[in-house]
Amino acid sequence: MRLLFNFLIFPGFLFTAVVGLVASWIDRKVTARVQWRVGPPWYQPFMDLVKLSIKEITVPRDASKPVFFMAPLVGLSAAILASTFIWLPNINLSAAGFRGDIIVILYLLTLPAIALILGASSSGNPLAAVGASREVKLVLAYELPFILTLLVPIIKSSGLIKLSELIAYQGINGAFVSNASGILALLVAIFCMQAKLGLVPFDMGEAETEIMGGVYIEYSGMLLAIFKLTKTMMMVALPVFLSTIFWGGFSIWKYVVLLVIIVLMRNTNPRVRIDQAVRFFWGKMTMLAAVAVLLAVLGM
Amino acid sequence: MSLKLKALTKSIWVYHLCVGGSCNNCDIEILDLLTPRYDVERFGIMLVGSIKHADAILVTGSLSLKAVERVKRVYEQATKPCVVIAIGACACGQGIFAKGPVTPNPVDSLLPINIYIPGCPPKPEAMIMGIVKLIKKLTDKK
Ligand code: SF4
Repeated sequence: MRLLFNFLIFPGFLFTAVVGLVASWIDRKVTARVQWRVGPPWYQPFMDLVKLSIKEITVPRDASKPVFFMAPLVGLSAAILASTFIWLPNINLSAAGFRGDIIVILYLLTLPAIALILGASSSGNPLAAVGASREVKLVLAYELPFILTLLVPIIKSSGLIKLSELIAYQGINGAFVSNASGILALLVAIFCMQAKLGLVPFDMGEAETEIMGGVYIEYSGMLLAIFKLTKTMMMVALPVFLSTIFWGGFSIWKYVVLLVIIVLMRNTNPRVRIDQAVRFFWGKMTMLAAVAVLLAVLGM
Repeated sequence: MSLKLKALTKSIWVYHLCVGGSCNNCDIEILDLLTPRYDVERFGIMLVGSIKHADAILVTGSLSLKAVERVKRVYEQATKPCVVIAIGACACGQGIFAKGPVTPNPVDSLLPINIYIPGCPPKPEAMIMGIVKLIKKLTDKK
């Protein structure tokens, strides 16, 4: 009963969704202000969701129907699980989590992207296939440096792989970002977060202006609403995850700082090509992450 | 007003469909509508790239023979409820292409148009006014 409540209402689904919708409103509003516009009212993301959920669902004739319908649900449930696992240790340090939950969270955070790829490639649309292939490359590109950065806190805490233990460790010994290795790791992780969220400059998977929404092109109605909801939930889960493992636990101002970084990065950069993104992540970012790991091993 | 209707009128995603014979001026004027100067995102109006996401289709230009099949296909794929808005003299009547050999049919012989916004091209203000009138018509407000 308590678990169900945790997953569906308080830190899990409902709470994260509401926070995520507010965050996505802040994102749109700040974007509008940057471009000297007024921007949408605060209830805009809610309205978009309600509207999408009452619209018709069309299924392409060539689509593989089970996968087409399952993909959004897989993505959403992964986002729910991930956000619950991330929130719980931040709320109640002693009770929550299990050994190795960082690894589980790592997989869960990748699942929405995989679901997107599955859904897009099952729809049978050539533009969606282009989007899916870009998304696959992007996942391959950012996962390597992301995992490397996660090694930093584990090495520094000499092998803790439980989220609540990491928070407790940082509570005693100071946050990991106070060291050189922690700063480097957080920097790399922020770039990876941007790519995981699929926001500009790493939005080549949907690329409204060239492949018309790419991975989302065939989705409509409720299914599209679920994908959008997953994305907004990831916009909460990822920053909270980063502030938990690198920055000594969640607090509202840390979340706002990370959100502002995301929004500013999104507004000041053009979209890069997929080859540029792969080169960026496998080159510079992996190098930086490796340096961070090295520094962590040396104890800096 | 029910939540359903409110959501439909507060979050209109538009899809831009040029049906062949257009001088491209209306299309530019639509883009103008979406720029920071007029900022229709404050009303929840957004341009989308896929017809499956659209709540309103903005039709410009007069229907050319080649486009008939394609326009039909696009409209059939639109997710209902979806309104059709004719923008410019070409889409309302046939405009300057009325005597053209390849554009013998008016757009409304093919698509059920909900509102006509005349002008060659109509000003962005006129388009906003047209959309406001459409919303009033849909929600039965005077
Ligand atoms: S209505 Fe006028 S401006 Fe618009 S496409 Fe036709 S000719 Fe061009």
